[in-house]
Amino acid sequence: MKLKWDKSGMKTPLARARGLGAAGHGSDHWMAQRITAFANVPLVIWFVYSLVSLKGADYVSFTTWLAEPVNAILAILFIISNFYHAALGLQVVIEDYIHCEVMKTVKLVVMKLVLFGLGTAAIFSILKIAL
Amino acid sequence: MSETQAVKKERPLSPHLQVYKPQLTSFTSILHRACGIALSAGLLLIVCWLVAAASGEEAYNALYEFVSGPIGTFMLFGWSAALFYHLCNGIRHFFWDFGLLFKIENAYRAGYAVFAVAALLTFATWYCALSFAPEMSAPYIEETISIVIEEGAAE
Repeated sequence: MKLKWDKSGMKTPLARARGLGAAGHGSDHWMAQRITAFANVPLVIWFVYSLVSLKGADYVSFTTWLAEPVNAILAILFIISNFYHAALGLQVVIEDYIHCEVMKTVKLVVMKLVLFGLGTAAIFSILKIAL
Repeated sequence: MSETQAVKKERPLSPHLQVYKPQLTSFTSILHRACGIALSAGLLLIVCWLVAAASGEEAYNALYEFVSGPIGTFMLFGWSAALFYHLCNGIRHFFWDFGLLFKIENAYRAGYAVFAVAALLTFATWYCALSFAPEMSAPYIEETISIVIEEGAAE
């Protein structure tokens, strides 16, 4: 596809080849948000279906259910995709509404670290039950 | 306060939310964000639930008691509604990403459809959750019991 600004000459050839835009990170964030959103659709449907069918499940029946390989794998994928998507989404919210540069950076770092920690705790718990 | 800060403070603001007639398009947009934030909080409960199950029966039962109580059920209902809204409106965003539904009347129609489908899915989920007896969702226990009974009969 030929874009009308391709020949505008406002960018160096190297910048055009990199295609990272004015902010310097290109469309990585946007694309990752869409890909995780796309992955989340089936995972979330599976999750809600599982929750409904697990209603009233006691400790033994829940852990037995989660120990099934299919369920453990889907649960881990659900956690990864959802936490990734949440981190990307919350990042945009913080960037949009926090205007103090210092607070913005602090909140972004804390948010990402907390989500990383929670995601790790969830995956470890799934593995502990499943293995 | 320095002079520049004082000048900055007295600058007139451009017209904001309160002077505009509410639009469905802006409402669905901000609701999408709000639901996304709520769902991030919901992830915390999922982590608590998994960690509790990994810690043992006592922790699992304590969490189960909270979740099946009135506050827990109310939170679950809120999260399910937020989830289905975010899911449906996310699909509406996918259409926009592919350059579709940009005509204003189509954006509005899709917006109403999002509310309708999200409400329907929330209702259907809770209908299924509430109409199934708890015993039905514990097949493993029934299996275990029947195996134990069979073993007992064999002896």
